[in-house]
Amino acid sequence: MKARVHVTLKSGVLDPQGRAIQHTLSSLGFAGVDDVRQGKYLELDLAETDRAAAEKSVRDMCEKLLANTVIENYSIDLVE
Amino acid sequence: MKPAVIVFPASNCDRDAAVAIEKICGVKPQMVWHGDSTLPELDLIVIPGGFSFGDYLRCGAMAARSPVMREVVERANRGTPVLGICNGFQVLAEAGLLPGVLMMNADLKFVCRDVQLRVESSQSLFTNRYEAGETITIPVAHHEGNYFADEATLDELEQSGRVAFRYVNGNPNGSQRDIAGIFNEARNVLGMMPHPERMIEPALGGSDGAKMFESLVASL
Repeated sequence: MKARVHVTLKSGVLDPQGRAIQHTLSSLGFAGVDDVRQGKYLELDLAETDRAAAEKSVRDMCEKLLANTVIENYSIDLVE
Repeated sequence: MKPAVIVFPASNCDRDAAVAIEKICGVKPQMVWHGDSTLPELDLIVIPGGFSFGDYLRCGAMAARSPVMREVVERANRGTPVLGICNGFQVLAEAGLLPGVLMMNADLKFVCRDVQLRVESSQSLFTNRYEAGETITIPVAHHEGNYFADEATLDELEQSGRVAFRYVNGNPNGSQRDIAGIFNEARNVLGMMPHPERMIEPALGGSDGAKMFESLVASL
């Protein structure tokens, strides 16, 4: 089973990189991009075959390492 | 005094910290490798600057979960003084010993220069040789020194006098409320982005950092 994990900055946390990307997009002529938020994408190959157990375990990984929940949210997507 | 400096892969200020301790405190610190899961008897633990584990994932995230840090957290909770400088501050925040997080500098640039700090509190093991309110010059060298915590945490830090140092005459990284260094609740843990160990004698451009080590000598 694969786990796809997205880690994103919480709303309200300033994202200077996102702002710089937005600025560059606009200077390239891409109009109408109101905001850019940069995050991380992680793909985990899991030995676990039980969906509920996998979800629990990846959630634990996010809480303990993959995300810093002071500033980041995470979402988990499991695919067979 | 029984000091130790913790060494992670890609720590690079560990030897500077050791030189400062030996020169001012008169004791050679033990250098403890991150993979060690036990610590000798100590009365000062320094987490040095650098780029531990290549800053992978988040600055300090990997180091904060290394075997030695479990022991450092336990010692800190039992009252052993712990000083985290630069990457060391990031590690202490990731390890949960200090609140908040160090984010990328607001202008996205690595900043390496002398900055001016106001000593906000002289009531600690680390700062008792400074005068509260005095302005000192200490260098910074970092890309992620932009201190962030939610408003309630910031208010709590201010009200309990746990802001140790604040940037004055210019904030180099966008940190909230110009915070350069903070104490934990028991005031035995200090994390700071500036490098006192790089400013310990006139040949290095100044000696304002020496007083931190003199404070520790006076307290321990």
